[in-house]
Amino acid sequence: MSANFFYTIEVIANGLMTGVMYSLVALGFVLIFKASGVFNYAQGVMALFAAMTLVGLQNGQIPFAHLINTIFGTHLDKFGWEVPTFLAIILALGVMIGFAFLVERYILKHLVNQDPIILFMATIGLAYFMEGFGDLMWGSDIKKLDVGLPQGGNVWLENATEGWANGFYGFYIDNLDMWATVIAVALVASLIAFSNYTKTGRALRAVADDNQAALSVGISLRKIWVIVWSLAGFVALVAGIMWGAKSGVQFSLSLIALKALPVLMLGGFTSIPGAIVGGMIIGVGEKLFEFAIGPYIGGATENWFAYVLALIFLVFRPQGLFGEKIIERV
Amino acid sequence: MNATAESYVTEDGRTIGAPVLEMKNITLKFGGVTAISDISFDIREGEIRAIIGPNGAGKSSMLNVINGFYHPQEGEIWFHGEKRAPMKPYQIAQQGIARTFQNIALFKGMSTLDNIMTGRFTHMKTNMFWQAVWKGPAEREENENRDIVEHVIDFLEIQAIRKTPVGRLPYGLQKRVELGRALAAQPKLLLLDEPMAGMNVEEKEDMSRFILDVNDEFGTTIALIEHDMGVVMDISDRVVVMDYGKKIGDGTPDEVRNNQDVIDAYLGVAHD
Repeated sequence: MSANFFYTIEVIANGLMTGVMYSLVALGFVLIFKASGVFNYAQGVMALFAAMTLVGLQNGQIPFAHLINTIFGTHLDKFGWEVPTFLAIILALGVMIGFAFLVERYILKHLVNQDPIILFMATIGLAYFMEGFGDLMWGSDIKKLDVGLPQGGNVWLENATEGWANGFYGFYIDNLDMWATVIAVALVASLIAFSNYTKTGRALRAVADDNQAALSVGISLRKIWVIVWSLAGFVALVAGIMWGAKSGVQFSLSLIALKALPVLMLGGFTSIPGAIVGGMIIGVGEKLFEFAIGPYIGGATENWFAYVLALIFLVFRPQGLFGEKIIERV
Repeated sequence: MNATAESYVTEDGRTIGAPVLEMKNITLKFGGVTAISDISFDIREGEIRAIIGPNGAGKSSMLNVINGFYHPQEGEIWFHGEKRAPMKPYQIAQQGIARTFQNIALFKGMSTLDNIMTGRFTHMKTNMFWQAVWKGPAEREENENRDIVEHVIDFLEIQAIRKTPVGRLPYGLQKRVELGRALAAQPKLLLLDEPMAGMNVEEKEDMSRFILDVNDEFGTTIALIEHDMGVVMDISDRVVVMDYGKKIGDGTPDEVRNNQDVIDAYLGVAHD
């Protein structure tokens, strides 16, 4: 076998792992869209905010230090302690759940029964608010996020596979990517189990299916919204950790939401398996395209490939791979 | 409590108790349109109470008032001898009022079993933490409620479709699953919105039998809406007749059948 064959496999493996990371972001969108019909533009900013909160907590940063300093002329910066990673993650999760409560209380509650476009606009507002609020709370500098996951290429794998073919230097797989994949898969599996086998999971599916019927069996929509936004906050936290650990916690982190869009178009807005498979297709597709065709057309195809693929899908299967069929009654 | 509170025994030996639900002078308006005007009636414990009337009489609106989808502008609703404050539909469900819908409102992507399990929602109390842990209280509770649901499934003879997504079931069976979901809640009051609409004769007979059996075996109080007079007269203890948002008759099927206003409404005599 030739070296090219193994390099192709490496590209596919890396594509799959990147794809899982895309799926993670897309998953947050799907959760909220299914339960409340809201396309949550703020999902990416939620991931950024969650990651910022995590770093801030870990480092014992004083929230709003900059604001307080400006008003009172103090020189606050840090509490002077460091919170262990695990505890900080729990606390950050707590913040995201609190955030879900606030969103329900101050936004969703007042916009019940409005057109989806109105709710969408509200989430755009929310996104910009959170972006500014996050900066105000934790500062806008680029932060390094270290949750103790190994980084860099896996040396063992590289050495073990070196020389499998002439001119092949072994598989290069990033440790962090591997861990991210394992965690994302575990997260998705537990979300699916939760929604299938628990009372709340059933209620989530019920609300996604038919609001009125859900009310009539005693399910409170408002409670479900809080739960769904909390779950989306949790997913955002995990996505924020993975992407933050990879490329630092900074504004551009919130732009991963844009990568989730083609994933959603491919997988369908209402399907959790769709988000997973869609992410993988995009991940593998863009890496393979870059590897095989990129060199002939000047490279940097990863920036646009996903969108073109999504466009093609929109033409032939507008409901996505797994989305519910769109039937318009006349 | 009040003068009508005594219980009585029906011809077929069932005991009808005190009123479970009392509607007092209910008026419901949508903008300038009056859907229900000044209607009072009660539903007694253990009885099958029908609300009938031609299309557009306000029957479904009445059911929606009872279950909290609509809030009347005037009038009082008394449930189990207490005046009910305006409530959300899910709170009313928690109080023990379950319902079905005219156009079937099932969770189409979920299996028959899961649909009926959602009927147990108000009876399941473990919190999110234990549900996430799964082992322990949540699993025990799930199994207990599952037993009740299996009992309902046996009762309605739908074992064969337990795992089928309900969206794929024929209309008659969907109606039955929806009844099952309401039954699983073990409601104090069961509201059925046109349980036999769109059914063929055979399906109607099945449904009538289930309604009678539910009432007989579990003593469930049932209020049902129909515009098919025939079936209703056979199975209900007392009947309210509505026309153009007004009550034009109330009493046993025989009384109602001989009421001139009711006959006029059904034969389409011109209103003044």
